[in-house]
Parts: sequence; C-alpha cells; structure tokens
Amino acid sequence: MQAERSAAGAAASEAIVEARGVKKRFGRLEVLKGITMDVRRGEVAVLIGPSGSGKSTFLRCINHLERINGGTLRVRGHLVGYRERDGKLHELRESEIAQQRRGIGMVFQRFNLFPHMTVLENLCEAPIHVAGVRPAQARATALDLLERVGLPDKVNAYPGKLSGGQQQRVAIARALAMNPELMLFDEPTSALDPELVGDVLEVMKQLAEDGMTMVVVTHEMGFAREVGDYLAFMDGGVIVEEGRPADVLGNPQEPRTQAFLSKVL
Amino acid sequence: MAMTPSTPGTAPGTSEPLADDIVAVPVPHPWRWVGAGVVVVVLGLLVWAFSQANIDWSVPPKFFLQEQVLVGMRNTLLISVLAQVVGVALGVLVAVMRQSDNWVTRGVAEFYIWLFRGTPVLVQLMIWYNLSLVFPTIPGTGIVMNSVMTPFTAALLGLGINEGAYMAEIVRSGIQSVDKGQTEAAGALGMSRAHTMRRIVLPQAMRVIIPPTGNEFINMLKTSSLAYSIQYLELLQAAVRIYSNTLQVIEMLITVSAWYLILTTVFSIAQYYLERHFNRSDQDAGVDDGPLSRVRRNLKFGRQE
Repeated sequence: MQAERSAAGAAASEAIVEARGVKKRFGRLEVLKGITMDVRRGEVAVLIGPSGSGKSTFLRCINHLERINGGTLRVRGHLVGYRERDGKLHELRESEIAQQRRGIGMVFQRFNLFPHMTVLENLCEAPIHVAGVRPAQARATALDLLERVGLPDKVNAYPGKLSGGQQQRVAIARALAMNPELMLFDEPTSALDPELVGDVLEVMKQLAEDGMTMVVVTHEMGFAREVGDYLAFMDGGVIVEEGRPADVLGNPQEPRTQAFLSKVL
Repeated sequence: MAMTPSTPGTAPGTSEPLADDIVAVPVPHPWRWVGAGVVVVVLGLLVWAFSQANIDWSVPPKFFLQEQVLVGMRNTLLISVLAQVVGVALGVLVAVMRQSDNWVTRGVAEFYIWLFRGTPVLVQLMIWYNLSLVFPTIPGTGIVMNSVMTPFTAALLGLGINEGAYMAEIVRSGIQSVDKGQTEAAGALGMSRAHTMRRIVLPQAMRVIIPPTGNEFINMLKTSSLAYSIQYLELLQAAVRIYSNTLQVIEMLITVSAWYLILTTVFSIAQYYLERHFNRSDQDAGVDDGPLSRVRRNLKFGRQE
C-alpha cells in the first residue's frame, strides 16, 4: 500500500504544498521561525510536536486562516493570500482568498459543524451556495459521502444529537463535499473520547488510500506510522526532525525528538 | 434538632407515601411577619389617603373604552411595533457594519451609536418633528417637509432610529456569542464573509438576541409615550387631550396607566415564553409550567389531550 502510493506520488510529483522559510508572528511572539516543507500530490504529511510548537499554526497558514509574516507558501502553485506582480506582493481580495480555500478542505479539533443545520444541510451549504452546484446534485454527493464515512442514517440529524466521533466524520464529509485537492486535519481526534478515535482514523486512512493529499496534525503515533508518507517533528516554531514516519518514530536522531517521543509513545 | 420520620411525606398530587422524605421543623422567621404587618399598614394608609383625595373614581372606568383612548392604545401598539422593527433592522445592519474591516463602514456605525445613544430620545423626537424649521422642503426634492414629517413619521424615525443604536449593542453581543470556530469553518469552506454572517453567524446569534429584544419592546411600549410631546395621538396624548377639556388630570392619567399595565403585562407573559423557548437546551422538551399553562390546566374541564 505504502509503495503503491509513493509510486503514484512519484509519477505525478507535483508539489501541492510548497513552504519555504514560512514565518508567523503573533505580536512579538514568533510562532513559526522558518518552516520549509513540500507535500506532493497523494502524500500524507504528518506534523507532530508538543503544544505550542507551531504545528497547528502552520496548518492554518496553509488555508490562510492565519496570514504569514515571512517566507513563501504556495498551494497548488499559487501563493497563499498574495499575488506576485512586478516583483511586489499584492494582498488578495476576500473573494479571491475564498476562491483559494475552496480547493482546500479543513477538519478542526472541535468539529465546528453548524449546529442550526441538519447533517445534510451542513454538507450542502457550501456546494450549493459557494460552488454553485445544483441542489439535487449536492444532495446526491452528500448522501454518497455520508455513506463513505459510515453515517448514512444520520442525514437529517442535528449535530447536537451526534457523538463526537460521528460529528467529526460529518465534518470530514462536509470538507470533502467541496471536492478539495488537499485536506488539512487539525488534531482531528484530540477532542474525542478514546473509544471514538478509531472510527475517525479509519475514515482518514480510507481517504489516504483513495489518494487524497493530506496534512495531518495529530498525536496519534500509530496513525502517523501506518498512514503517513512523511513526518515532521516540530518544536519551538521549527522543524526539528523530518523524514519517513517509521524512521523518525523508530530511530529519532535529535535529543528533543527523543525526549518528546519517550513521553508520548 | 428533632427529625421526626414518623409521618411519611406524600408526592404532590398522589397518595403514594414517600418512604424517605424528611419531615423537619422549619427555621422560624418572625421578622417576616413583622415586615408583612408594616406593609399592610402602609398600604392601608395609602388606600385611605387616595379614598380621601379629590379623585373622581367613576372617570377611569367611564373613559377606559372611550373612543379616543382606544385610538391612542392602538397607536401606542402600532408605533411601538413599527419602531421596534425599524430598530431591529438598523441594529442588525449597524452591528454587522461594526464587524467590518473597512474603517469607513466601522466609523459610520460607531458614530451612529455614539450620536443616538448620547442624546435623549425626547430631544431626538423634537428635532425630527421640527425639521421643517430648517428644511422647509426636503433638500433636493422640493417636497414640503411638513407633508412628510407628520407626528407619525417623526415618532417612527425618532423612536426607531434611537432604538437601532441600542439594538446594535444587543446584536453585537449575539454575534460575539457565536463560537469563532463557526466563522473559521465557514471560511475554510470558501464562504464569503457576508454569506457566513447571514447563513451561519446570525441564525445562531438569534438565541442571544431575541430575549433582550422582547425586553426592549416592552420598554418601547412605555417610551412611546414621549411621542405625546410631538402631537402623536398615542395613549398619553389621548389622555392629555381629554383632560384639557374635562380637567380630570389624575383620573385620565390613571386610566392610561391601566392600559399601559395591561399592555406590559400581556407582553411580559409573551416574553416569559420567548425566553424559556430560547433558554431551553436543544434536546429536552421540559415540563410546561408557565403562567399560561397553569391557567390552561385549570380551565381543562375533562378535556383530554
């Protein structure tokens, strides 16, 4: 499985995410101190590290929920949030940023489903009103996606009636409904009861096997090892160590990585 | 402290004895009885004073349903509803404008709130009503100001625009009550800010916005009495017109006070249900126990639901 995906990745080795020296400050606090990383089509990149290491911030920079202060960040070849013209960077309009985000799905730690809408409405809102998909078509896609995440019977339920694991699977389906080329996962299982984690990871694993390009911030080392193609350990706003998950997790070279892994494994 | 478990308590409405109910001697509260006595005496003195006063108690019942009073009552309701509608619309608009990252838009909103919250609504009403003194015609149109700025228009503008400044604060607190993750999730799906506000944030903000809006409306029923000063025929103006002929001043003021009490009481009951509806957690239906349901239950002569 791993070999197959890598081969597919090599064939179309187009970089979906291209980060070069990405920096991010919050006021005077430098949260990212120069992140350089490539995620190629079909690859699953996993970011691990202690809280406050900047891994979630980096993920949020990828779809411009945070604006970067330095370096360059490209998604599918386009600068995130800016346009380069005459050697100068021009900020994108709100509508252009929205346009960029449509190709990037995001799954949050706290699910962030729309509580006043049913599951079906959650899945159809953006396709119909943002992407202009016909309602019948959007509905069919939504039902299909709910089938894929194992919740075909929850079509008309409100999010409040679902367990955390079910909500997160709906959130994944909602992001997929926009037919993204890249999926971002921000600690998708951290808010879940332990017994619900497995179902969500299973859906993510399935998604990876279907060839989705994914960037995953997680504490699930088993998932990282099994599904990840690339793993970066971040601490203090830099990538301390990176490589194949089995190598980094199994044979960490840096003392900081060793210290972190000895605590979580 | 003697706890006597001898007489078992009974559940209300049934004869089933509850085995474990504690029956204890309650803490004595002698001062409550003293306080109640004082209240009764003071009330008695007040009633006596008013009965001795030069009030013709036959006037309020006689004028309660008098035509002009009824017109005033209808107009009080009308102007309160319309001004509140204007206030809510302006409040939503201004609250959304305040969230804008365009500083011109934000500045306009802040200025509006500063201006209309910083001046008395009575003064605002009088400015609207007297606008023809400085603009005999509406600038640029040639329409005669006084043909447009009737007491009704002036009252609607004065009360509605003033209310909008207060509603803006209420709407803002509603918008801020919605989790930031909702905006982020909508943004991540590619929704515009306007679409996010309209479809995601505002519907969720309603839970927080609607209950205080009910309170605002009840206040508006009373505040609308200020429109009497610009000749708008609401309840107070009706009373004033009648007593300037009959000179039964206090009698007429008591008459309209009764109407105000009826209106505020009716809408306070409605408000009770509104708040309960929006406070209840999503799932539980809860046991119906408001003032109306108590009345309904008492009126249920063998009718089964």
